Amino acid sequence: MADGLTLRARMRPYRAVLASRARSQSSYRASFALDLASSMLVGVIELAEIWVLFHNVVELGGLEFSQILLVFGLADLCFSLADMTFGHCDNLPMYLRAGTLDVFYLRPQPLLLQLVTSDISLRRLARAGVGAVALVAGLALNDIAWSPAHVLLLVLAIVSGYATFAGMFVWAGGVQFFLIEGAETTNAFVYGGRYAATQPASVWNRPLWAVFGFFFPMAFTGFLPALWLLGVEPPYGMPDWVGWCAPLAAVWTWTMALLSWRFGVRHYQGGGG
Amino acid sequence: MGMTDPIIETSGLTREFRVRDTSTGSVQRALKRRTLVAVDELSVRVGPGEAVGYIGANGAGKSTTIKMLTGILVPTRGSVTTCGLRPVQDRRRLARQVGVVFGQRSQLWWDLPVRESFRILAAIHDLSATAEQERTDELVERLEMAEFLGTPVRQLSLGQRMRAEVAAALLHSPRLVILDEPTIGLDVLSKQRLREFLVAERRTHGTTLLLTTHDMGDVERLCDRILVIDRGRLAYDGDLLGLSRTVGAERVLVVDLAEATEDLTGITATRHLASEGHGLRQRLAFDAETTTAARVLAAVSERAEVLDLTVEEPDIEDVVRRIYAARR
Repeated sequence: MADGLTLRARMRPYRAVLASRARSQSSYRASFALDLASSMLVGVIELAEIWVLFHNVVELGGLEFSQILLVFGLADLCFSLADMTFGHCDNLPMYLRAGTLDVFYLRPQPLLLQLVTSDISLRRLARAGVGAVALVAGLALNDIAWSPAHVLLLVLAIVSGYATFAGMFVWAGGVQFFLIEGAETTNAFVYGGRYAATQPASVWNRPLWAVFGFFFPMAFTGFLPALWLLGVEPPYGMPDWVGWCAPLAAVWTWTMALLSWRFGVRHYQGGGG
Repeated sequence: MGMTDPIIETSGLTREFRVRDTSTGSVQRALKRRTLVAVDELSVRVGPGEAVGYIGANGAGKSTTIKMLTGILVPTRGSVTTCGLRPVQDRRRLARQVGVVFGQRSQLWWDLPVRESFRILAAIHDLSATAEQERTDELVERLEMAEFLGTPVRQLSLGQRMRAEVAAALLHSPRLVILDEPTIGLDVLSKQRLREFLVAERRTHGTTLLLTTHDMGDVERLCDRILVIDRGRLAYDGDLLGLSRTVGAERVLVVDLAEATEDLTGITATRHLASEGHGLRQRLAFDAETTTAARVLAAVSERAEVLDLTVEEPDIEDVVRRIYAARR
């Protein structure tokens, strides 16, 4: 039935919901400004943390402050953008309690798409702004041998990093179908993952690499692409080009996310037990 | 599908839940689970245009049935088709033909004006600009929503919100409308308005109605068929008169008399229930099968001057209780 629709017509439901969310958040100017300011403050504090850390050690994990700034900027920008557009997905218990998910079942769109497009946190734009400033500063302060490949990798890294964090939120949502108080568990990986992603991953030990390097591929959202841009060798004898695998990391995360969501929905409907 | 194909058809529809058994000790509790049968071998056929009351105690299986009809829950056994579609597999196509009002779950956006919620829902159901305009106008007029169309949903009274919820569920002109406790908590006037609207909607559009309710008034004014469910099983399927006949439900005539009167006993097919204020107000139960309120009133009038009267309908809880008791 929906197959013959144009893309524009297919997007109509999602556009209508998102536009209304955006309007309602920005319609009270003073309160919206306050939201933006507080969100920016969170971003600035997290950046300051990196800076304080650096002041005590000059060099962290083989990187200087300006280089760490690039790692932080990349990872934090990606996370903030994902948090803005997908952050509500890991609040699934709220949707379950309010019966919103049952309401989604009664509408002719896919459940996950409805969930994703049911909200957008515009205030997180401010935090993404902090990430973007850090990224630009990181790019400017370092001697990067710019070439088309560098530009391409930068774009790939941002898109992939955004997708990876977005996938983390969806994964968390799927898991929360099963776990009571599941947010406690998933937060450790989603927000812990964000924290890990903004650090120079060369300081991680091997178990940490297993978890946040590969299983939840946080190292691919900032650290590894940044190393390639900077011309610094990756740790643990990884090949130079490993930073180019950021899109693979995104695909892997989304594979986990969609499986998690699918199992979660099956569990909710009671089909697969 | 044709005009006579059923809107709802279930056959041996069963849904079980695995629940933790809390009656055993703590060690076994974690391991031992028991099976709770929420809906048990339900076989029902509802034709187009019917208006069906689905009644039963809390936890009897009403919500579980509705969730299986709409594709939210997968049946454990048995089959179900709604509007000729398989609810779980064809959920998205079915959503275009079914509208559901859950008393406890809102389809509206609480921080947006009612009008805005309708606009979004029109986009969700991909209504054309003309269809959206016409249907919205129709619903606004019939449900008398013009005065609060620009009000954010969170500021609406319960009665206004329920009207908006009903409009939201009906905006895409569904063939089947399922209402879960639509009049709960509403005042008399709001209830009446909502019922009148549903009657008119059914008459003009041939909409099939399925509603769960604890309100006998809903059943009497809206439904021409009643299903009673008891512990997941169908306990009664028929019309209201037959239901009263089955359980022998009595109506109660309450009369206010001009002066203190002796208890009005001995009237044909009537039972004296109680007297208040030295017999100024008396309550008489009568069997609607064998006599009428008018006849009872005439008999009362021979003995005393009647100032005022009300007729109490059998309470739905009472009817359900009697059915349950008869089955046990």
